[in-house]
Amino acid sequence: MSTQMNMVEKILARASGQSNVSANDYVMANIDMALVPEAIFKLRSVLIKAGIDEKEVKAWDPEKVVVVIDHRVPPTSVDNARTQKVSRDYVPNLKIKHFYDVFPGVCHQIMVEKGHALPGQLIVGADSHTTTYGALNVASTGIGVSEMAYVIQTGELWFRVPETINFEINGKLADQVYSKDIILYIAGKYGTDIAQYKAIEWTGSVIDDISVAARLTMGNMSVELGAKFGIFKADQKTLDYLKDRTDKEFQPVESDLGANYAEKYLINASEIEPQVAMPHTVGNVKGISEMEDIEINQAVIASCCHGRIEDMEIAAKILKGKKVHPGVRFYVAPASWMEYKEALDRGILSTLVDSGVMIGNPACGFCTGIQGVLAAGERCISASPRNFKGRMGSNEAEIFLASPATVAVSALRGKISDPREVL
Amino acid sequence: MDTIKGRVRKFGDNIDTDTITPANTLQLPTEEMIKHAFSPVFPNFYETVQEGDIIVAGNNFGCGSAREQAIDVVKHFGISFIVCESMARTYFRNCIALGIYPLLAEGISSFFSEGDEIEINFQNEEIKNVKTGETAPFKPLSGLPKQIFDGGGILPLLKEKLLKDS
Repeated sequence: MSTQMNMVEKILARASGQSNVSANDYVMANIDMALVPEAIFKLRSVLIKAGIDEKEVKAWDPEKVVVVIDHRVPPTSVDNARTQKVSRDYVPNLKIKHFYDVFPGVCHQIMVEKGHALPGQLIVGADSHTTTYGALNVASTGIGVSEMAYVIQTGELWFRVPETINFEINGKLADQVYSKDIILYIAGKYGTDIAQYKAIEWTGSVIDDISVAARLTMGNMSVELGAKFGIFKADQKTLDYLKDRTDKEFQPVESDLGANYAEKYLINASEIEPQVAMPHTVGNVKGISEMEDIEINQAVIASCCHGRIEDMEIAAKILKGKKVHPGVRFYVAPASWMEYKEALDRGILSTLVDSGVMIGNPACGFCTGIQGVLAAGERCISASPRNFKGRMGSNEAEIFLASPATVAVSALRGKISDPREVL
Repeated sequence: MDTIKGRVRKFGDNIDTDTITPANTLQLPTEEMIKHAFSPVFPNFYETVQEGDIIVAGNNFGCGSAREQAIDVVKHFGISFIVCESMARTYFRNCIALGIYPLLAEGISSFFSEGDEIEINFQNEEIKNVKTGETAPFKPLSGLPKQIFDGGGILPLLKEKLLKDS
C-alpha cells in the first residue's frame, strides 16, 4: 500500500487518527466544524419524531457548531416566520457559540468570511453546497439533518475515503471567461456525474491565477459534478484571505508527489469560451457561440455561488451608463451584508441601481424559488449553481446558468448574449 | 431479508432533489408535500404509488440538495428500495441514515419498464426482471453503512449514545 497521500486522504487520515488511509476505506472521523443553515428547524423536528428529547442534544464543542438562518430571509409567510421563531428559541439548547440569526447572509459565505472554515479541516454542513470551502483547502461536504444531529452530539461521522480525480487547468482564460465557465465547460464535456462519490483536486496554472472568490465558485459547484469534496491547495492568496478573519492556528495539506488519483484530466483553458447551461440540468451546456437567440424575462446574480464583490463588480462594469433591457427584471443579491456594505461603499450598487438593477437582501431566495419566482413560460439567466426544473418557481419556467458577465450582458440585450461582444 | 418482490416505478437519469421534492413545497405538511413529489417528471405520482413499489432509475439518482424531505416522501409512499445505476452521494448517505436500501447495479435501468415485477435476491446478490428473466448482480451494503442501516439508521444510534451519556 502506498504511503503517499493526496490532500483529502491526508485530512481523513488525520481526522480518523490513522497514519494512512486509502480510497474505499471506511473511517469514523472527528469533525472540525459543523454548519447548520435554516435546516435547523427540520433537524429539531426529526429529533422529536424519532422520540429523542431535542433539548438533550448539545454541541460536542460550543466553538465547532455554526447555525445560520439564511434561506427564507426575510420570512415570506406567517408559516416561515413561525418556523424561524421556533428555531431561534431552540438554538440556545445546543449550547453553541456561533449563531447567526437572519442578518449576516448566506451560510457558506458566512463560513468563509467569518473565518470558520480553515485549511486542512474536515467540515460537514446540512446543505449540499458545503463543498464551497474546498477553495480554502478544506475537505467539506453536505449531509442530511439526521446525520447532522448525530454530529452535533458526538463530533464524529463515518466516511468512505473517496477516490480522487484531478482536474489540471492550464493555459490562460480569455477575456470575459471566468471560473464559472470552466465548471460549466467540464459539466458539459464530462457530465454531472464525472466525480460521483469522488473528490476533485483542482490544480494547474489557471487555478493559481484566479482569485479566492473565483475558487469559491468552483468549490461550490464541485457538487454539481457529483463530488464529495472539491479541494484546492492553500497558497499565498488563501493565507491573505484568511489573515484578518481568524487568529486560530491551522495546518494546510498538500498532496504527496506519488499520491493516487483514479483519473487525471488536462484542460486547456484557452479553448474555453463563455458557457451556458441550458434547462434543466447543469450538464446541458453549450458554448455561447453555438447558441441561437433566446429572449429572457429575468436575470439574477446571487447565491453562495456568486453574489461576491468580484461578481457584482463585473456586472457594474458592463452596465455602467447603460440601462437594463425593458423586458428584463435584473436582480442582484449580495451573498452577505459584509459584501453588500463593501459594494455600497465602493459605489458598485449605485451603478447597478442607476442601470435599473433591483438589489435584493443577502439570502438564498433568488436561487431557490423563494424570491423572484418565475411564472410558467418565463426564462431566467442566472449566476447561481442550479437550474433544475421548478427550482425558481413554475415547472414550466426555464433556467439558464452562466457567469455574472454573461448574465449582465444578457440583461442589457434582453436575450442571452456573448459578453465579449459588448466589451 | 432474503427475497423482495415489488412493482417497478421507472425513472430516467439525473432525477434531482427538486424533482423529488420541488423547493416551493418543502414547507408544506407531508400529506400535502407528497402530492408534488416527482411531479416535474411524473404528475400525480402519489395517486398511483402503492406500498411496496420499488424505484428503478438510471444514473445519478437524487443529485442536488441534501434535503431529507426527498427521502421522507419516498418512505411515506412505502417504498423501501431504490435500484439505480448510480446514486448521488448525499442521497446515498441519507438513504442509509433514514432506512431506504439503495441498490446499485450497472446497466439495470434498461432491464425494466414501468409496472414490471422486480425480484431482489439478497442471498444470491442478484436483481431479476420476473417477466423477462433477465438478471444483474448487485453489491449489498457492507462495513459502517451496513451497521448503521441494520441498526435502524442514524437516529436510533444517536438515541443509544444519549442514553449511554445520561
